[in-house]
Amino acid sequence: MKPIFEYTKGMTDMPTHYCPGCTHGIAHRIIMEVLEEMGELGNTIGVAPIGCSVMAHQYMNVDMCEAAHGRAPAVASGIRRVHPDKMVFTYQGDGDLASIGTAEIIHAAVRGEKFTTFFINNGIYGMTGGQMAPTTLIGQKSTTSQEGRSKELNGMPIKMSEMISTIDGAVYVERVALDSPAHVRKAKQAVRRAFEIQKKGLGFTLIEFLSTCPTNWGLTPVKALDWVREKVIPYYPLGVMCEPKEDEQA
Amino acid sequence: MRAFKLVFHPEKCKGCELCRSVCPKGVIGMAAQVNQKGYHPACAVNPEACIGCQSCALMCPDGAIEIYQKEEGDQ
Repeated sequence: MKPIFEYTKGMTDMPTHYCPGCTHGIAHRIIMEVLEEMGELGNTIGVAPIGCSVMAHQYMNVDMCEAAHGRAPAVASGIRRVHPDKMVFTYQGDGDLASIGTAEIIHAAVRGEKFTTFFINNGIYGMTGGQMAPTTLIGQKSTTSQEGRSKELNGMPIKMSEMISTIDGAVYVERVALDSPAHVRKAKQAVRRAFEIQKKGLGFTLIEFLSTCPTNWGLTPVKALDWVREKVIPYYPLGVMCEPKEDEQA
Repeated sequence: MRAFKLVFHPEKCKGCELCRSVCPKGVIGMAAQVNQKGYHPACAVNPEACIGCQSCALMCPDGAIEIYQKEEGDQ
């Protein structure tokens, strides 16, 4: 029998600690599938964040490094400068990247550091028990916004991809979602393009994944995907925010 | 004659039902028994209907699904 879908060798055999239906597993898998297809598994260094994906270094079958909360872009900058021939990526959640690590990610983009950031946006702090994040939607309930987030008290949710795409050093920024098989296929294409642009050394690349947190949203995994479609995607529109000009790609 | 074979790894499955929700042909159901983690794992209840679209495997967060295409001479 001919295999048409096998679990990638880029993931270790270790079972993940993620909750049932958490889309971290899908994001991990498509990143590793792309690296496997590009033949770069032995040539890649990843940086894991603090948050639910703090254990990513045990699941991703590449060389990994752990950074302090929000500081993965700083660590990745150093690694990429010392090893310019390696593929380097950071894998960060929204509490890590959009809150405590905002300065790091902005200035990594300003410097045009030649690594790729994968930003998992599920609109809540998962590991610490469902507190409000900078990306929590207006009206969304969390343990620190029990009546729902209000614009007067907390401001509007931060749109990191739009913000970073205005910076010259960021050459490729795209927002994708993990709520349906079609969007997962598109997400994988975006991951591949980001790694290809990194390989050419054009500049900073960022892929934002709209993700789910069924446990802290208080929804079943299937209803959490519906919630992404109905509430999250209308506020965080999908698509390419910026991309290299054609002459730079040649 | 069915052309595809779905292989589930019940001990990896966490019973999230994402695969069942995206299957266009109703191939996947949840087993009555539980696995070591205490979840009802996904299984093929209607394997003949599989069209090999891979939607289930694309959405599985835990790598519990593999898909094979049957070739001539396979049992």
